[in-house]
This record gives sequence, structure tokens and C-alpha cells, in this order.
Amino acid sequence: MFQPSPWRADFPAITALQRQHQTYLDSAATTQKPQALLDALSHYYSHGAANVHRAQHLPGALATQAFETSRDKVATWLNAVDSRQIIFTHGATSALNLLAYGLEHGFEAGDEIAVSALEHHANLLPWQQLAQRRNLRLVVLPLDEHGRIDLEHALQLIGPRTRLVALSQLSNVLGTWQPLPALLAHARAQGALSVVDGAQGVVHGRHDVQQLGCDFYVFSSHKLYGPDGVGALYGRTEALARLRHWQFGGEMVQLADYHESSFRPAPLGFEAGTPPIASVIGLGATLDYLASLDPAAVAAHETSLHQHLVRGLADREGVRILGTPQSALASFVIDGVHNADIAHLLTEQGIAVRAGHHCAMPLLKGLGLEGAIRVSLGLYNDSDDLQRFFDALDQGLELLR
Amino acid sequence: MSLPEAAQQALDTFTQAKGWEQRARLLMQMGDRLEPLDESDKTDANRVHGCESLVWLVAVQVDGQWRFKATSDARLLRGLLALLLVRVQGLGSDDLAGLDLREWFTQLGLERQLSPSRSNGLHAVLLQMAELVTSP
Repeated sequence: MFQPSPWRADFPAITALQRQHQTYLDSAATTQKPQALLDALSHYYSHGAANVHRAQHLPGALATQAFETSRDKVATWLNAVDSRQIIFTHGATSALNLLAYGLEHGFEAGDEIAVSALEHHANLLPWQQLAQRRNLRLVVLPLDEHGRIDLEHALQLIGPRTRLVALSQLSNVLGTWQPLPALLAHARAQGALSVVDGAQGVVHGRHDVQQLGCDFYVFSSHKLYGPDGVGALYGRTEALARLRHWQFGGEMVQLADYHESSFRPAPLGFEAGTPPIASVIGLGATLDYLASLDPAAVAAHETSLHQHLVRGLADREGVRILGTPQSALASFVIDGVHNADIAHLLTEQGIAVRAGHHCAMPLLKGLGLEGAIRVSLGLYNDSDDLQRFFDALDQGLELLR
Repeated sequence: MSLPEAAQQALDTFTQAKGWEQRARLLMQMGDRLEPLDESDKTDANRVHGCESLVWLVAVQVDGQWRFKATSDARLLRGLLALLLVRVQGLGSDDLAGLDLREWFTQLGLERQLSPSRSNGLHAVLLQMAELVTSP
């Protein structure tokens, strides 16, 4: 039965891609953008650009107001207590690097940082490098056979020496939600700080950072149907106070002299230089658009499409799905067929999926794989997109076998 | 400069191919005819990095002529490698340096396989080949 997406027409690029015979199933890498965002960008640039937080003139005041309104919208989206808990960054990666540098002074040799075995490189390498700089121990929490953090093991591994845990909310390779409530509560009880990588999780459902109980939460705008070049870092007020300034320059300074300076607190103290103003404003417009959708309808649509995807893959001979995906995406390999060959033939047929290690080399290595194919969904996808993918997969396999 | 005979044959075949299916079949046939690489040549030093699949490329110069051997664990990439080798096999350094390999794949109707964003690695293979034949 055909399952349309009621929101497909809100994303003009989907129609443009279709005219080029492209079926876009790579939303976990980046998403297409709603018209509301395009309008906001066009409005900002055509009505007078200006720098924020500096100028006394009218365009500067308007830009600053729009920029700060976006901060309020991000705070509302995550249910943060206060907009000052939201720092704009250049993406999830730069937010995680900010944390790894900003918190560095609090670590002593022999302290432990815990990450999971499924982390994206963005939530692994900043901590790995911090561990090397400060002689810390990086503890890797193992997974169960479904691709979720093995809770029993993890609770034993997070102990009094653990100073920080950094965990993905939703795996970008396995599509599994991680058991964060139990892990975060345990980390807090051990006196460890917690960082949640929400790059994938923030796109599916609404998440309440207060309820989640994390110290920090990061996400990228471009995966959430927003513009690229911008991301957000949420921090609990007490946790933000522990951050040292890490990038220096305009706007983040309070008083500067040749030999000494004092710096602003969060958020502005961590937004050195001119921020991506248009992108921040665009993110605000995207959040307005997303907030206008019926959350139950979106969730039902995404769940149903995801089930369709997983069932279709499972029905095909020789297809092995990685883990037990619960949302958004599924990765798979095919017995006796090289991923690169499948990827090649899907590309030839206009199916845009991702092949390779998905920026999680250690995870793939742990699964004994060189790579996998990932199909990921956005709210604009419909069942015809999946049907075209399955037809292309069948045709490709027939040719290869 | 006229094309080597094997290259002319490949060009004739590929320019007559219609649709992605036929091109893929031809690529697989080309790949199957690729001269196998000795296990002893499958070393780290001969690996082409920057590919999602395993690719090896060996270049030796005999009497001023370049002899290449290459293979991959991915079938379609083996076909692309075979198409590359028929064009460059036996050339001298000057001829090789003057050769536009992008143009060659464009003639074959396979230019899209050369994009740096493609994970198949043909782009990386060309870069490594250029490096091998220019370094002393």
C-alpha cells in the first residue's frame, strides 16, 4: 500500500532530485531543506545583513534580535531552562571539540573517560586525543548483539575514576537508541560529567534535556533539516561554568589589553568571531517549521517507513542487517557480495545511499566488516522511495550473482 | 596518437553499450579478464589508500615502458582497473605524462566514476599512478 509523505511538498529539493532521477535515502548524512528555511535565508540576505552583538545601527539590532530569537527557539526545542544554556557552534563536531578542550583542565593523569563502542568519530577522537594529552584512560563500553550498549557491563565500567561519559543517543550506523537514562543516572551518581551526542537522535522525536539528565547535549543543524555550518551545544548552567575558554577573538572578550584580557561567560564567551548568522536565523525558521508539524503524525510516518525498510531488507536472501535498528536507518551487508559493487549499482540506478564505514571505523572493525550500505530516512521520504531502492537492489543483485 | 589495440576494442564496446545494466555487465567481463595479481604483490606498500575497497597497484618500468598490474576485491572496480590498464600499458613516461585519463573515461561514458566523492577509489588510483610514474 502506498504511504505518501504529507510533508514532501515542503521540501523543494526532493522534486528537483526526482527530476534528476535521484531517490534520496541518505538523510542521516545530511537532510534536504524546507521552503521555510530557504525563505528565511533569502529574507535575511535581501533585507540587510549585519553583524551581531556589535553594532548600534538598526540592521545590526535586527540581525542580533533574529539571532538571539533563534537561541530561544533552540532552548525551547530542547526544553532547556534558559536560552543562555545554548552555545552556537559550527556543528556537533566543533561542539564536541569545544568540550574536550574546555573541560581539559579538570582532568588528572589516570582519570577515566567512557565512550561506547559505536561512537561516530566526532564523539570518539576528541576524547581519545584528550586522553593522550592528559594521560587518561579511555574506557570503551561494549555493545550487546542488538547494537545497544551492554548496560550490565557498562554500569560496572563506569566507576569512581570515571570523570566523563560521552555517548551517542541514536547510532548513526545501527539505528539503535542507547539506554541513556540508566547510564546517565549512574554516571551522575559516580560524579562524572555526561555528554550526549544528539546528532542523529535530535532528528527523531522531541528530546527534553532536563528529563534526559545530561550535563551537555550537542547536535548539528544540517541533519535536522536546517542549514549547515551551525550546531548547538546545550549545557547545564553548573556544567557550563566548568568550561574554560578555548577560542579567542572578537565578541567573546569582556575587556582586552595587550597583555591581559577577561572573557564573557557562556554563551557569548564561547562564540568567538562572527558566527554563521544567516544559518542561525535559518535554523530558527526550520525549528518553527518542525514545531508546526503534528508530532504524532511524524512519528507514525517514520515508524511505518522504517518498518517497511527493515522488513524489506530482512525478506531478501543473503542480506544481513547490522544490529537491530529501531529508528531512522538500517545498515546491511550481503553475503558474498562486495559493498562497493552494490553501492556502484545503486548509484547507477539513481539511489542515493551511503556505503563505507560511516565515520565509525572501530565499530565496523569490531563487527568484522570493511563497510556496509546504509539507507536512512527523512520525513519527506515515502514508500515509493523505498520501493525504488528495493527494485534497484534486486536488479543489482541479479546482475552480480 | 592512435589508441593501443585493446583500448580501441574496449572503446568500441563501451560506446555501443546501452544503459547501466549493459555497462555493468561489460565492466564485470573486463574485470574477469584482468591478469591476476600475485599474493606477494598484495603488500601494504602497493595498497591504494583512499578507497573503500582493497586496491593494489604495481608499476614497473622495463626498457622505458611502463608495465602495470592492479586488482581489487570489488568486481566492478576490477573492471574499471582493467579499462585503465589497457590504456596505459606499455607507454613511456612522456606519453603517460601527456595522457588525459579523465578524457579516456569520459570517452568510455564512465566519467562519473572518477568523482573524488566516489568511494570506489578510481580517483585515488589515478592519483597514485601519477605519483608512481613521476617519482624517481
